Amino acid sequence: MSGTFTPRPGAAPLGRQVLAQARMESRLMLRNGEQLLLAVVIPVIVLIGGVTGADSIGISLEHDPIDVFAPGVLALAVMSTAFTSLAIATGFERRYGVIKRLGSSPLPRSGLLAGKVGGLLLVELLQVVVISAVALAMGWDPDPGYLGALLAVVLGTAAFASLGLFLAGALRAEATLAAANLVYLLLLAGGAVVLPVSAYGAFGDVVRWLPSGALGSAMRDALIDGGVAWRDLGVLLTWAVLGTVLTARTFKWE
Amino acid sequence: MRYGEKVAVDGLSLTVGRQTITAVLGPNGAGKTTTLETCEGYRKPQQGSVRVLGLDPVRERRDLLPRIGVMLQGGGAWSGVRAMEMLDHVARLHAHPLDTAMLSDRLGLGDCGRTPYRRLSGGQQQRLGLAMALVGRPEIVFVDEPTAGMDPQARRTTWELLTELRDDGVTVVLTTHYMDEAERLADQIHIIDHGRLIASGSPLELTRGGTHATIRLVVTRPFPPGSPDSLRAAFGPGTEVTLLDEVSLLVTGPADASTLAKVSHWCEVNDVLPESLTLGQRNLEDVFLQLTGRQLSSTPTSRSLRSRVAGDPEP
Repeated sequence: MSGTFTPRPGAAPLGRQVLAQARMESRLMLRNGEQLLLAVVIPVIVLIGGVTGADSIGISLEHDPIDVFAPGVLALAVMSTAFTSLAIATGFERRYGVIKRLGSSPLPRSGLLAGKVGGLLLVELLQVVVISAVALAMGWDPDPGYLGALLAVVLGTAAFASLGLFLAGALRAEATLAAANLVYLLLLAGGAVVLPVSAYGAFGDVVRWLPSGALGSAMRDALIDGGVAWRDLGVLLTWAVLGTVLTARTFKWE
Repeated sequence: MRYGEKVAVDGLSLTVGRQTITAVLGPNGAGKTTTLETCEGYRKPQQGSVRVLGLDPVRERRDLLPRIGVMLQGGGAWSGVRAMEMLDHVARLHAHPLDTAMLSDRLGLGDCGRTPYRRLSGGQQQRLGLAMALVGRPEIVFVDEPTAGMDPQARRTTWELLTELRDDGVTVVLTTHYMDEAERLADQIHIIDHGRLIASGSPLELTRGGTHATIRLVVTRPFPPGSPDSLRAAFGPGTEVTLLDEVSLLVTGPADASTLAKVSHWCEVNDVLPESLTLGQRNLEDVFLQLTGRQLSSTPTSRSLRSRVAGDPEP
C-alpha cells in the first residue's frame, strides 16, 4: 500500500526536536507584547532611569553609576525571562493543554525542558545584546570576567527557571500570572538585583542570600572587577537545587 | 480507572483490529475519554492491562508515542501560535512527517494558516487537532470526538478522511456520541455506559434483530390508553413493547410470517392510522435504548423519529 497516509512513524532525532521546541518557545515569548515589555523594555527603562537618577536619589556608589547599573540590569533581565516569563508561559501552557498535547508527541519531557531552557537562553542572548548596546552607548566601560558572567547567567537561569516552574506547576494560570509579576516587582525593588547589597544597609545581609541578590552580586563582581563570586554562585546553585526538588515533587503536567 | 472515589471505567475489555475503524460510542460521561487516555498512556489503570501495538502505554511510552497519533478533545496549542506554525512544529518532531501544506489543504485549513489559534473557530481548532494527530504518519490514531463542533460539510470531509486513513492502512480509534457517525464509519463499535462495555459488534451485527423482529410504528394521533399492553397481547409471549413517545413505539419479539398482519389488525381494531411502519432494522439508537433504557442522544425521540420518517437523507 502506498496511500497518502500509509504509516511511516518515527521520532525526529532528539537534537532536532529540542531545537524546534527552543525556537518555538523563544519566538512565542517575543511575540507576546507583555513578555517583550518585561524582557527588554523595563530593563532598559530601569537602566536609563537608574543612571540618570542615581545622583538625585543620593545613593553613594563605589563606582560610576553605569558600571554598577549595567550588570544589575543584565541580572534583572535574566530574572525576568527565566522566572516571570517562563512561569507565566508555562502556566498557560498547562491551561491550554499544550503540555498535554506535546506529552503525546515524540518529544520527551526531558526534551521539552531542554527546549524551554534553550528558548530562555535565546531570549537572554537577545536581551544581553540590546541592554549592553544601550549601556555602552551610555558610557559603560566594563572589565568583563567572562567566566564569572557566564556562570552567573547559567546558574541564575537555572535557579530562577526552577522556581518559575515550581510556581507554574503548583498554581492555576491566573494565580501564576499574578504571583510571578508580584515576586518580580518585589525583587526588583528590594531584592538587590539592580542595586548592590551595600545599598540596603543592615538588610543587605539578608537579601544577599536571595537568588536575586546573589545573581546581582555575581554579575557585578564579574563585570566590574572581572572576578568570580564563588559564594554568590554557590547561593544560586543551592536555590537551583531547591527549586528543582520542589518542582520535581509538585509539578503537574496537565 | 478511578478518579478519587468515582469509578470512571471498570471491567472494560475490548480489542481493536489493525487497519480498522473502531468507534467507542456512549453518552457523555460514559468513560470514553478515560478509555482513550488510558490507551494513550496518559493514565495508568489501577487494575487490568492495556496493550497498544503490543506495548504497555505507560511503561513503554517512549517507544509507543512516535507510532501513535492523538487528537485531544480540545486545546493543545498555544493561544498565540498560528495554525500552520503549530502544525509545522509538530511535524518537526517526527522523522517522516506528511507534507503540512497538503494536509492543511485536505482539512480545509488553507485559508486560516496565519490565524492565531485563539481566533480559529471551534471547528477549525478541531481540524487542526486532527491534522496534528496525523502529521507524524502514525500506525494508530486515537481521535476523541473528532467532529464535535464541526459544520455538516466539515463532518463529511472528516469522515472521508478517516475512511481514507483506514484504507491506507492506519488503525483508527474514535470516540463519539453521534449514532450516525459510528454507524457510517466504524467497522467495529463498542458501546459503553457508566464505564462498562454493554455491547460490541459491527454496525450490522448490532442492529440486526437476530431471530427477533423490530418494528417501529409511528401513528398520526396519540396512541389510545393501554396500547402497549394490548399490543403485547396481540403478539403473544416474548414480545417487548417500548413506548418512545405518544405517537411512536418500538415492538421487538419473535417474528414469523403473520407479524405484519398482526400489526395491521391491531391498528384496525384500535382505530389507529399508521404514519410509518418500519420493519426489521434496528438502529443504534434502538440498541442503546434497549440496553440501557435511556436515550443516547439528547434530542427528543419524536424529533429524531420524525426526521427519519420524513426521509432523513441517509449518509
